[in-house]
Amino acid sequence: MLEFLSRRLAAALVTLVLATIVVFAVVEVLPGDPALVMLGTDARPDTLAALRAKYGFDQPLLTRYLQWIGGLLTFNLGNSHAYGTSVSKLIGDRLVVTLPLSALALGWAALVAIPLGVFAAWKHRRPGDWGVMGFTQIGISVPNFWFGIVLVLAFAVTWQWFPAGGFPGWQEPLKSVHALILPALSLSLGEIAILTRVTRSAMLDTLREDYVRTARAKGATERRVLFHHALRNALIPVTTVAGLIAGFLVAGAVIIESVFRLPGVGQLVYDSINNRDLIVIKNVVILFTILVLTVNLLVDLAYALLDPRPRIRA
Amino acid sequence: MNTFFARASRHVGFQVGAVLLLLFVGTALVSLLWTPHPIDALNMRIKLTPSSPSYLLGTDHLGRDVLSRIMVGAQTSITVGLIAVAIGLTLGVALGAWAAARGGWVDEALSRTSDLIFAFPAVLIAILITSVLGASAQNAILAIAIFNIPVFARVTRGAALAMWSRDFVRAATAMGQGPVGITLRHVLPNIASVLIVQATIQFAVAILAEAGLSYLGLGAQPPVPSWGRMLRDAQTYIFQAPELAVWPGLAIALAVLGLNMLGDGLRDLLDPRLRLLRVG
Repeated sequence: MLEFLSRRLAAALVTLVLATIVVFAVVEVLPGDPALVMLGTDARPDTLAALRAKYGFDQPLLTRYLQWIGGLLTFNLGNSHAYGTSVSKLIGDRLVVTLPLSALALGWAALVAIPLGVFAAWKHRRPGDWGVMGFTQIGISVPNFWFGIVLVLAFAVTWQWFPAGGFPGWQEPLKSVHALILPALSLSLGEIAILTRVTRSAMLDTLREDYVRTARAKGATERRVLFHHALRNALIPVTTVAGLIAGFLVAGAVIIESVFRLPGVGQLVYDSINNRDLIVIKNVVILFTILVLTVNLLVDLAYALLDPRPRIRA
Repeated sequence: MNTFFARASRHVGFQVGAVLLLLFVGTALVSLLWTPHPIDALNMRIKLTPSSPSYLLGTDHLGRDVLSRIMVGAQTSITVGLIAVAIGLTLGVALGAWAAARGGWVDEALSRTSDLIFAFPAVLIAILITSVLGASAQNAILAIAIFNIPVFARVTRGAALAMWSRDFVRAATAMGQGPVGITLRHVLPNIASVLIVQATIQFAVAILAEAGLSYLGLGAQPPVPSWGRMLRDAQTYIFQAPELAVWPGLAIALAVLGLNMLGDGLRDLLDPRLRLLRVG
């Protein structure tokens, strides 16, 4: 178990180091002169020189890279060019919107998808199953930001039950949750579709197992067979996929936050692109990558605890 | 091939997908020759009008015909999707086939690299690339293509490895054929169906990605009409002209739905045992 964990941890660390190199290369090497990207081609030479000196763009590449890594390790990410405030504070302030939004979307997705997947597996190759599968096909095809706009049309423009966008801030908790409901619904659409499919196929696998037949032979009710015997084991792959989705939900929030004008990390990325604030962009991207890697690691850990087989093979 | 058509005639999903795809490609082709109105004809006196016989889907905030712009927008989606998938397919298949044929460190390095790319949230990297290189259709294609390479490399490697252990490939090896010859003559033709199905799905993913990027203003730039961009503009006028926000989204959803259904149908018809890789 310990060996399995340390190997997975080592692999994740290697990936992370490579990721920092890639992000650094894309942001600071690929464009040639980062100062030129930030200020535009019509900037005056002395302004460019001042900016290069301010952010150390005139230093050798290796020095710049190591300084950035040192900063990441000590949570000292430097100051945003556009906002002038510290990048860590900027990201921290935005996470209080993005994390609850993602959690709400994931929770809602699990709440809808698991019963739906169980239902589809129960009705395997019958109209109920086809209906659910048709729904998942639509769920992965409809762009979630358009679904968000349609929700705004229905529930904000026509019926005015929810705000069309904006975020009041957590000093007003009820209003804030209210403002996050439509965004979370739109963010969860694709995830519901994927989780439903995973639940369905995992249930179809477990429903074929001998112990399920035994339970049926012993006269267990269909409800008990489905939820007590089959679903328990089917939840192992479902948990894995839910974990993988969680990491990407946060990234998917970029577009949804833009639809609903939510002041989250996604909106920060969007604004930073418009402001050409490379300092913020590279740090947000690497923090998201750390998040995805951490979630993947936790999923592996949960998997190893729930199912002994991969542990033995590793 | 006859059995393929016989089975296709009973596969409703495949047929719906094929019809939607024909509609999508057909619209793009027609728009090359004809649109109801010129796409850039500004007329502020008729801005944000609802649908009427002469403007079937109404007009946008600059008085341009929405139907014409949606028709030309299909061209943008197809161009971006097709090129992004073609780049990913070419490089990915080459890399995957190489890894399967060569094994050893090549295989190991390739697997690690694709793991690395999958660890990044695709949306963010696409945003990162387009923001550093500048927002344009070309850079959107590049950003989408980069994520297609490891998808195709992985699928090709897996399918090719299975081929390499088959008897007829071993026989070819024994007869002294080299790895390149075997890959071209025996491995690739036999895994073509896997690649066709995966390409269809990736085309759908690419259209969604392009729509998302242009919604953020990072895809095709005005005056080129793109569905994502139209949605962004429509959102500004959502209270005055709500139906403007409906049509471009419906177009994206139908195009993607058609490709997804076609891909799933092709998988059922060509090889029911295929497992697809789905990476958002």
